[in-house]
Amino acid sequence: MSSSTHAKPMVRNRTALWLFLAYAVLLFFAFVYLYPFLVQVTTSVKTNTDAVANPLSLVPDPFSTGAYNELAEKDFPLWFRNSVIVTVLVTAGRVFLCSLAGYALARIKFRGRGAVFTALLAVMAVPGVILLIPKFLVLNYLGIYNHWPALVLPLLVDAAGVFIMKQFFETIPESVEEAARIDGASTFRIFWSVVLPMARPALILLTILSFQGSWNELPHFLVASQDPDLFTLTKGVGTLTSGQLGSGKQYPISMAAALLMTIPVALVFLFFQKYLVRGGTAGAEKG
Amino acid sequence: MSKPRSIRRGQALAGWTFVSPTLVVLGLFLVVPVLMALWVSFTDWNGRGSPFAPGIGFVGADNYRELVGEQGGLTRSDFMTSLRNNFFYVLLVVPLQTAFALFLALVLNQRMLRAVGFFRTAFYFPSVVSSVAISLVFLFLFSGGGVINSMLDAIGVDGPTWFNDSRGLLHLVGDGLGLWNASDPPGALADNGVLGLTWWQWLAGPSVALSVIIMLVIWTTAGTFMLMFLAALQDLPLEVEEAARIDGAGSWGVFRNVTLPHLKPTMLLVTTLGLIGTWQVFDQVYVMTQGGPGKSTLTPAYLSYSYAFDNQKWGIAAAMAFVLFLIIFAMTSLQRFLFRDKDAIATKRAEKRSKRDRARVTAGGAA
Repeated sequence: MSSSTHAKPMVRNRTALWLFLAYAVLLFFAFVYLYPFLVQVTTSVKTNTDAVANPLSLVPDPFSTGAYNELAEKDFPLWFRNSVIVTVLVTAGRVFLCSLAGYALARIKFRGRGAVFTALLAVMAVPGVILLIPKFLVLNYLGIYNHWPALVLPLLVDAAGVFIMKQFFETIPESVEEAARIDGASTFRIFWSVVLPMARPALILLTILSFQGSWNELPHFLVASQDPDLFTLTKGVGTLTSGQLGSGKQYPISMAAALLMTIPVALVFLFFQKYLVRGGTAGAEKG
Repeated sequence: MSKPRSIRRGQALAGWTFVSPTLVVLGLFLVVPVLMALWVSFTDWNGRGSPFAPGIGFVGADNYRELVGEQGGLTRSDFMTSLRNNFFYVLLVVPLQTAFALFLALVLNQRMLRAVGFFRTAFYFPSVVSSVAISLVFLFLFSGGGVINSMLDAIGVDGPTWFNDSRGLLHLVGDGLGLWNASDPPGALADNGVLGLTWWQWLAGPSVALSVIIMLVIWTTAGTFMLMFLAALQDLPLEVEEAARIDGAGSWGVFRNVTLPHLKPTMLLVTTLGLIGTWQVFDQVYVMTQGGPGKSTLTPAYLSYSYAFDNQKWGIAAAMAFVLFLIIFAMTSLQRFLFRDKDAIATKRAEKRSKRDRARVTAGGAA
């Protein structure tokens, strides 16, 4: 009896200590994770002399928008526009085509379905980076190297996306479609007007993953063209360091460029975070 | 009678129509490219014209021989250097990012913790940001007089010039411990070697420059893996832990005997994804170092790209890509084998045995 009354405050103290330790650890790592982004933001509005002389300071002295002005005068707006075009086309295409294929694999009974699914799994196992040279070979052979289709077409379908949609469609009860089928609706009609509206969470997840994937894509754009008019943000900014803007060591410019290309994904991430946190693991399971 | 058949035919038509765009895109930009590259890896194509043109020389396995054989010379030593770099990179990144992600998840999974969402967002955020943007930020953080060196300076440590430092960490550690003198390596290691590199070169460890990329990647990817561990931890019923505790298990015992076994499938997933990802490191090398200093951040993926696009040696570059594919395949297979569920295998064997025994008993009874 007495031992339990003694034990209680001890346990409480111990929990408090653990909790304190947990917060200390979390705050430390939150600093490690957020500080680089703070440095990025503040350095982008510094002058280069200030950035080099006081790298630790989070207060620009003097405040300067020089880096942004310089970016605006160079090709940066063109890269941004190209990235927007590619991302919109790829995202729209992926969401539509992956849902189509995912629905067929989940619901339509047809000969060869198993084989298609197996092929898809095999495709998912091919590591992306070893496709760099192969992709160039085909784009070049087809004569679309250095043209818009080369940037967009190869990214239009993502096997992992098909997989996500298939898994989601399998959770929708079949009775929903039965009613529409008895009414004589075509398969596409059922897919488009009945099933797709029910797949909103999966569609949002796929939209975010496609947006993020194509916006951040670098290697594909490296091998798909060399025309400066077709540079996307990743490709244009990625060559900043090798001095294409004559700014190899102009830190405010590279920080401003990095920041501007981060903002769109950051916004999408913050608004749709709950879908991503729930489904992010599903998307990552493509390995 | 004819109606079901027409429905079935309609379904087949719809099915194939729905999957055909996917099949065309994946076939055209994934399967065909791989086959074409396989062909190119057996030729001396120089990037001009069609690789199927009549003048293209078929060289058999020569390109592959250049990568591993005596005649390879510089090509072989470049390729082996890139494999060495990537090996040390994988050796450090995979265990460290897995352990770090698990650690963050375990801390975040504490009951009574507030602001979990904030911390989770902070740790996960780098995973959604472009590798190019993050590489630029790290280029600044780790520059000669940059943020990291200023911090080190504040605690009295003289930081290295990170991106110009090709010294291997193992060389430095051995030097520090007095095992050898890094500027005058022991002859036994420096004068002998295998596959185009001396033993001394093989055992360099990751260079100081490569270690920046290692830190960057751990920092970036830990968030994604943390989410996977968190999801798995939340699946573990509280009652199970409590039952173990009532049975007298301490915190460490509960972690070792309850939590860890429960996390095994996630661990397999995380390490598999880690292995596949780390053998493909490319973006950071492209943006930050282009393989330098002193080829110490060269990786097979980057080397293959650079051989093709900078040097027009397409056959060798394609061969490198296929060797890399084999390495990734072998690594993930080996890892699956090591992680294979021994309990499940044992149960299956036991079931088979008992079935056999039962069969024998019934057979005996019948006789």
